[in-house]
Amino acid sequence: MDFNDIDKYLPYVLTMILFCIGLYAILSRRNLIKIIIGLAISEYAVNLFLILVAYKIGGVAPIFSVDPLLSPLPENMVDPLPQALVLTAIVIGLATTAFLCALAIRIYSKYGTYDIIKIRELRG
Amino acid sequence: MIITSEMIPLFAALPLAGAFVIALLKKIKGIPDIIGVLIPLVVFVLAVFSVLQISDSNSPRVLETSVGEWGAEQIGGHSYIAGIQLVLDGLTAFMLVIVNFVAFVVAVYSMNYMTRYTEKWQYFTLFLLMLAGMNGVIITGDLFNLFVFLEIASIASYALVAFGTGKRELEASFKYAVMGGVGSMFILLGIVFLYSATGLLNMHDMAVALAGQPNTGLLYLVFALLLTGFGLKAAVVPFHAWLPDAHPSAPAPISAMLSGVLIKALGIYAIMRIFYTIFGFPQQIASVLMVLGAVSMGVGAVVAMRQWDLKRLLAYSSISQIGFIMLALGIGTELAIIGALFHLFNHSVFKSLLFLDSGALEYATNTRDLKKMGGIRERMFVTSSTTMAGAMSLAGIPPFAGFWSKLIIIVAAVQANHLGYAAWAVVVSIATIAYALKATRFAFLGKLNEKYAQLNEVPAFMRISLVILAVVCVFGGLLLIPAIKDSFLEIAAEVLLKKGGV
Repeated sequence: MDFNDIDKYLPYVLTMILFCIGLYAILSRRNLIKIIIGLAISEYAVNLFLILVAYKIGGVAPIFSVDPLLSPLPENMVDPLPQALVLTAIVIGLATTAFLCALAIRIYSKYGTYDIIKIRELRG
Repeated sequence: MIITSEMIPLFAALPLAGAFVIALLKKIKGIPDIIGVLIPLVVFVLAVFSVLQISDSNSPRVLETSVGEWGAEQIGGHSYIAGIQLVLDGLTAFMLVIVNFVAFVVAVYSMNYMTRYTEKWQYFTLFLLMLAGMNGVIITGDLFNLFVFLEIASIASYALVAFGTGKRELEASFKYAVMGGVGSMFILLGIVFLYSATGLLNMHDMAVALAGQPNTGLLYLVFALLLTGFGLKAAVVPFHAWLPDAHPSAPAPISAMLSGVLIKALGIYAIMRIFYTIFGFPQQIASVLMVLGAVSMGVGAVVAMRQWDLKRLLAYSSISQIGFIMLALGIGTELAIIGALFHLFNHSVFKSLLFLDSGALEYATNTRDLKKMGGIRERMFVTSSTTMAGAMSLAGIPPFAGFWSKLIIIVAAVQANHLGYAAWAVVVSIATIAYALKATRFAFLGKLNEKYAQLNEVPAFMRISLVILAVVCVFGGLLLIPAIKDSFLEIAAEVLLKKGGV
C-alpha cells in the first residue's frame, strides 16, 4: 500500500474507528443516555459501511432514464441494493433507539438517576 | 390439506395480521384473547401439515417462493435469485412446529395469567409480533431478511420483558435491549462483509458462491462477527449476561416463550442455518461450537445450583441446556445432529412447562423464593405434578423425553471419539439432576407453610396448558420410534447433513 491508495482505504478505516468509538461508549459509560448514544454511533458506523461497500469511485446514482443521453451506463452506477438495505437498517435502528429512550425515561422516574452503578436491583 | 409454495408467507403474515387486528379492535371485549389464541393454533396446524407433506416421499422435499416474483439474474453461467426467497424444508417445518406449538400453549395460559396485568391487548399484540418475527427468521432464505425478522422478534421481546414496568423489569429490559442491540449490530456487520465478498444475499446462492473459494481472512472475520451476534441472541457463555435478568423479569408466559423458543429460533436455528447451510460447516467452527457448548453447560449448571429464586434457577438452567445443544451441533455427526434437534425439541417443551409452572406458583403465592415455599403439593396438585414431569425431563430421568436426548448426545460424543466432552456431559447431567430436584423439593415437598393453608389451584386455562405440556414431556420419547423419527427428526437432520444447498 503506497500513499496513493490511502484515499481508497481511509473511509473504511474511519468507519471502523467510528464503530469502535460507539462500542467504547457502550462499554465504559455509566450514564444510560450515553450508552444509548454509543449504540446509535455504532449503528451509524455500520450503516456508513454498508453505503461504502456499494460505492465506486466516480459512480453515479442508479437511475435509468427514457432519454438514452441522460441514462448512465450500468457499469458506472453504484450498487443500489445496499442503499435499500440501509434504509431498512436505519428504521430498525430508530425503533431500537426510541424504545431505549422510552425505557430510560421510565427508569429515571423509578430510580431518580441515570447512573447504572446506582441502578442495581439485579445482581449478575 | 396440501401446503403449496404460495402458502409459505402465511407463517409470518398471519401473526403480523393478527397483531394489527388486535390493536385495531382492542375495544371489543374478548377479541385479544380469541385472536391471540387462534392465530398460533392455525399456524401450528399449517406447520404440522407441512411436516406431514415434506416427510411424504411422493412430494418435493423443499418448497420455495419468491416474494415479488422478480425472477433470476444470469451472471457468469449461474442464475442468481433477485428479491427475497422464502423456503420451507425439513428443518424449517421442524422449527415451525416447535415454535408455534409452544406459542399456542403459552397463549392459552396467558388468557388467565395476564389478567394480573393491565391492557391485555398490548400484550397479545407484542406477543404475535414476536411470533411473526420468529416464524419469519425460520422461513426466510435471504440473509438480510433474516436480520429484519430477527429485529422484529427482538424488539418485541425487549418490550415484553419490560411489560410489568416495575423497577427490576425496566432494568432487565434495558440490559437486554443494549446487549441485543450490540448483537444485532455484529450480525448486520457480518452480513455486510459477506455481501461485499459475494455480492449476494440469498443463502443458497451464497453457499454456491462461497463453496468455490478458499477460506480467506475475511471469512474468519465474518465467522467471528456472526458467532458473536448469534451467540448473544442464544445466550451462550460468555455472551449470557442478559439472560438471567431478562427471563425471570418477564411475565411467566413470556419467560416460557423466551427460554423455550426465542433463544432457539434467533440463536441456535440461525447458527445452524448459517454455519451448516451457507458455510458448509468448516472444522474450525465445529471446535468453537464444542468449546462454547461445554463452557455454557458447566457455567449454567453450577450457577443454577446456587439460586434460590425459582425463575432465576430455570434461566441459568436454560444456558446450561443450550450448551448441550451447541455441543451436539459442534460434534456434527448424524447421530449428534439428531440428538441436538431432539434436545432442542425437549428443551422447548420442558423449559416452557417449568416457566409456566413457576408462573402458576407466583400467581398463587406471590413469591418466587424457594425458601418461602414448601409443601405446596397438598394444595396445588396439577401444578406440582406437571412441575415434577418437567423437572424429571430436565434432569434426564428415564422414561421422560429429556433422558433420551441427553443419552443420544452422550453416545454421539463417544462415537465421534470426543470422550472428554462425553464425560463432561455426564457430569453436567448429574448437576442438572441436583438443581432440578432442588426446585421441586423446596417448592412442593416438606411441611406446608401455614401462610399457604388456604391456597387454591390456578384457573382452568392455565391448568389445561400445563397438562398439555406435561403430557408431551412424558411421551416425548416416542418421537424416537423409527416411523415417527423418519418423518420429524430425520427430515430436519437431513437438511443439516447436506451441508450447503438449501
